Amino acid sequence: MTATGIGAPVRRKEDQRFVTGQGRYVDDFNRPGQTYAYFLRSPHAHATIRSIDTGPAKIMPGVVAIFTGDDLAADKIGGLICGWMIHSKDGSPMKAGPHPALAQGKVRYVGDHVAVVIAETLAQAKDAAEAIVVDYDVLPAVVDTAQATKASVQVHDVSPDNTVFNWHLGNKDETEAAFARAKHVTKIDLVNNRLVPNAIEPRAAVGEYDFGTDNYTLYTTSQNPHVARLVLSAFIGVAPEHKLRVIAPDVGGGFGSKIFIYAEETVCVWAAKKVKRPVKWTSDRSEAFLSDAHGRDHVTHAEMATDENGKIIGLRVHTTANLGAYLSTFSSSVPTYLYAPLLSGQYDIPAIYCEVDAVYTNTAPVDAYRGAGRPEATFVVERLVEKTARELGQDPAEFRRRNYITQFPHATPVIMTYDTGDYAASLDKALEIADYKNFQQRKQESARRGKLRGIGFSSYIEACGIAPSQAVGSLGAGVGLWESAEVRVNPTGSVEVLTGSHSHGQGHETTFAQLVSDRLGISIDQVSIVHGDTDKVQFGMGTYGSRSGAVGMSAIAKAIDKVIAKGKKVAAHVLEASEGDIEFKDGRFGVAGTDRSLAFGEVALQAYIAHKFSGQDLEPGLKEGAFYDPTNFTFPAGVHICEVEIDPDTGVTSIQRWTAVDDFGVIINPMIVEGQVHGGIAQGVGQALLEGAFYDQSGQLITASFNDYCMPRAIDLPSFQVGMTVTPCPSNPLGIKGCGEAGAIAAPPAVINAITDALGHEDIAMPATPQAVWRAAQKARMPMAAE
Amino acid sequence: MTTVSLTVNGQSVTADVDPRTLLVQFLRDNLRLTGTHVGCDTSQCGACVIHLNGQAVKSCTVLAVQANASVVTTIEGIAEGGELHPMQAAFREHHGLQCGYCTPGMIMSAIDIVNRKGNALDEQTIRAELEGNLCRCTGYHNIVKAVAAGAQGMAQAPMRQAAE
Repeated sequence: MTATGIGAPVRRKEDQRFVTGQGRYVDDFNRPGQTYAYFLRSPHAHATIRSIDTGPAKIMPGVVAIFTGDDLAADKIGGLICGWMIHSKDGSPMKAGPHPALAQGKVRYVGDHVAVVIAETLAQAKDAAEAIVVDYDVLPAVVDTAQATKASVQVHDVSPDNTVFNWHLGNKDETEAAFARAKHVTKIDLVNNRLVPNAIEPRAAVGEYDFGTDNYTLYTTSQNPHVARLVLSAFIGVAPEHKLRVIAPDVGGGFGSKIFIYAEETVCVWAAKKVKRPVKWTSDRSEAFLSDAHGRDHVTHAEMATDENGKIIGLRVHTTANLGAYLSTFSSSVPTYLYAPLLSGQYDIPAIYCEVDAVYTNTAPVDAYRGAGRPEATFVVERLVEKTARELGQDPAEFRRRNYITQFPHATPVIMTYDTGDYAASLDKALEIADYKNFQQRKQESARRGKLRGIGFSSYIEACGIAPSQAVGSLGAGVGLWESAEVRVNPTGSVEVLTGSHSHGQGHETTFAQLVSDRLGISIDQVSIVHGDTDKVQFGMGTYGSRSGAVGMSAIAKAIDKVIAKGKKVAAHVLEASEGDIEFKDGRFGVAGTDRSLAFGEVALQAYIAHKFSGQDLEPGLKEGAFYDPTNFTFPAGVHICEVEIDPDTGVTSIQRWTAVDDFGVIINPMIVEGQVHGGIAQGVGQALLEGAFYDQSGQLITASFNDYCMPRAIDLPSFQVGMTVTPCPSNPLGIKGCGEAGAIAAPPAVINAITDALGHEDIAMPATPQAVWRAAQKARMPMAAE
Repeated sequence: MTTVSLTVNGQSVTADVDPRTLLVQFLRDNLRLTGTHVGCDTSQCGACVIHLNGQAVKSCTVLAVQANASVVTTIEGIAEGGELHPMQAAFREHHGLQCGYCTPGMIMSAIDIVNRKGNALDEQTIRAELEGNLCRCTGYHNIVKAVAAGAQGMAQAPMRQAAE
C-alpha cells in the first residue's frame, strides 16, 4: 500500500474548497438576467380545484409570469414518472395515477404544486403568490397507512381502494408447511416510521435557455444528472436530450432524496424558455418537509418459526407500504425488490414468504431514503430474531450464531444469492469490542443508580452495488444499472477521469483518484475526477444504493486496464521491443528482463506526439472508456451492538456504547468508510429515538420544521467504536461491497432491541422518545408495584 | 431601500438594501460570499453562522440593517495568506465534513466555542456547545474530534486568534 493508494486514509482533495467556503452548490449559481420562481402549494391534503384566478397576482410588482397546470398541458409537458414497474400477484400492472408537475384539477397532499410565480426577486414572487385566488372544494383525506384501503376516500381514479399493487415474493406453500411443523412461533407487529431525509442543502434548480443555440441548461441538486436528463427529455418532454445539459455541481447531501425527478426542476427548465430568462428556485426548509420524497412508512406483521433445536425454519411477513399521493421516481421498487429479498438476513432460513400491499394516501410521496427497503427488512428480521431468542430463553448473540449462513454461495428463498461473507467473524469481533462478557456487571451497576441498562444486537445484511442490468430489468426496472467511466490521459501524464457516479459527500474526488494512483503509479495530485455534468460525462446512472465503489470504480478500473494495454503498445514502439515483452509495473512500462523502461508520463507524451509509430500501426492518443455492468449485487454485512441506559423517571434513553463491525469487502479509504458508517448510524439512531413525520387526520404535516421534527444533534449521539472484517467481494474486479447505507440499516433494530432489553418487554415503537419510553417503563414497573 | 455600511472580512462595504433583507441574503446575494449557507428557515440548522462583532450569530436571524456599522467575519475571511485557520485545518485532517454544506457554519461555531470555552475542550462540552448546528452526514463523531483538535491548534497559534 502506498501513501495514497488503495487502503490509505488519504485526506480528502475536495475539502480545501469546502472548509474555505468555496464549494459551489446550485444556489451559489446566479445567471445573468435571472428570475426567481416560487411555487404556490396546496394548503389542503385533498381537494378539487374549482378555479385559479391569477389576475390580481399578475399585476403585482416584479411579476414576470404565472403558470398553472393548464400551461404545462398546453405545451404537452408530460407528468412525472415512476421508473420501476411492479406487477401484482394476479399479474396486473401497478395502478399508476397521473402525476402532473403542476396540479390539474385536483391536489392530493399538502404541498402539492398548484402554480408557479416567476418574478424579479424571490420576495416579489412570494408576495404575488399570496394574491393568487384558488377556489378549492376540500375533500376528506386518507392519511393512515394501515387504513388506506378501507377508507371511503379515493386518491386516484385508477385505484378505487387506494391499492397500488398487491405483491409477493417467496414460497407460500413451503412457508406454511414450515409453520405447521414449528416447535415455536414468534409474532411481532411493527411500524417503520415515516422519515424526512433532510439533507442540509435544500433542493434547488436553475433553468436556462439559449435562443441562439436552442440549448437548455439545468443546474440541479441531483445524485444522478444523466438520469434526470433522460427523464426530463424522453418522458416529460421539456427538451430534447441532446439539447439539454444537466449540471449537478457540489450537492449538499442526498440520502436518496435527490435521486428523483421532481416538479420544480421540470418547471424551471420549461419556464426558462417561456419567460426568455433564467429561472431559479431554491427550496426553503418548510417546502422541503412538505415536498421532498419521504422515506419508510411501513406497517408490518411478521412471524418466525423455529424447530426444537432453536433453528429458524420459516418466516412470513405481511407489509403495508405507504407510497404517498403519487408514485415518485423509484418508489415502487423500495418496498418490493429492495425489501423482501433481504428478509433472509444473515440466516439460513429455508422458507420465506412476504406479501406487500402498497397504498396511496394524501401524504407526500415516499421513495428511497438511505438504505431504501433494506432498513425496513432488517428491522423486521432483527426484531423478530431478538424476540425469538428471548422467548426461547437463549442468548441473542448465540441464537444468531446458530442460525448464520456459513456456506457460500448461498441461495435464499427470496431470489438473492449471497456470494461471500463471514458473519461469525464480525460477531466475534463485535462482542469483543463491546465487552459483552462484562455487560451484566454494567447492568447491575446501572441498577444501583436506579437506571435500566439494555443491550441490543443487529446482525444486518444489505444488497448493494446495484445492480446487474439484466437482473433488475427482469424485476421491472426501466433502466440498466451499469456505470460508465472514461480515463483521459493528457500529454503531460496527468489524468482526468470522467465518471457517471456523482459525489454529494462521499469523497469520490479522493477515493477515485486513489484507485488511479494505485493502478497507474502517479500521484493523486495528477488526477482530476470529473462528474456531475452531462456535457462532460457522456452517460452514467449516478450514485445511490452504495454503488459508486462497486460499480462506478469497477468501470474506472476497466478503463484503466485499457489505458495500460494501449500504453504497452506505445511503449513497445518507443522501446523498439515486442508488445508481448512490455510489462507495466510501479508506474513504468519496461521491457521484461532488461533495465529499459519508460515512466507512465513519458509514454503518455509519446502517445500524443506520435513520432515513434505510424498511424497505420497505432492510433495516437491515450484515452479509453468503459461500461461496467456488475454480475451480482454485493452483500455488505456486519454486527452492530447498542448499549443503552434508560432513566425510568424521565424516559430519556442514553446510548452508552456503540459497536459497529462491518464487512465492506476491500476498502479504498478507511477514513472515508468509517465516516460513512458514523453518518449512517446517526440517521438510524435518529429514526429509532427522535425522528418521525406525522400527519394529522386532515393531512396536515405536523412535523414540518426543524422545531417539530427532531433531527439528531451532537449531544444525542455517542462516539462510535468501528471495526472491520474483510471478505473481498468476488463479483467485481476491486472486491468492494459498499458502505454508504450500512449504519442506517443496522442501527434502528439495535437501538430498539437494547431498549426492549432494558425495559424487559417488547412494546415500544419508533421513535422511542422519552415520553414513549417513560410510558413503557411505567408499564414494565407495574408488576413490581403489584408485588 | 435602506443604506447599510459594514466591514466584512476586513473590507468596508456599503449597499442599498430592501429593509427586510436578511444578513445572510446580503452576504450571499449582494456580496456573493456564498460560503455562508442557508439550511432552514427556523434558525435551527446553523449553516449560516458567521461572526458579528466577534460573536457567532445565525445570519438568517439578523437583518442586514441590524449589522450596520458592524464587523462581520465569514468562512471566506478566516484563512490568512493562503494558510488555513487551525479550525479549518482540523476539519480537513479529522474528516469532519462530508458534503460540506454545514461545514462553514460548523467551523464558525467551533471557533466561537473555543473563544468562549478555551482550548481544552472535552467531548461532552463540544457536543453540548454544538447544539445549534445540524449535520446530516457525519454523525458528529469526526466533527467532535475536529473541534477538539482545532481548539488545540488555536492554542498553538495565539497570534492569529488575537488578530481575529
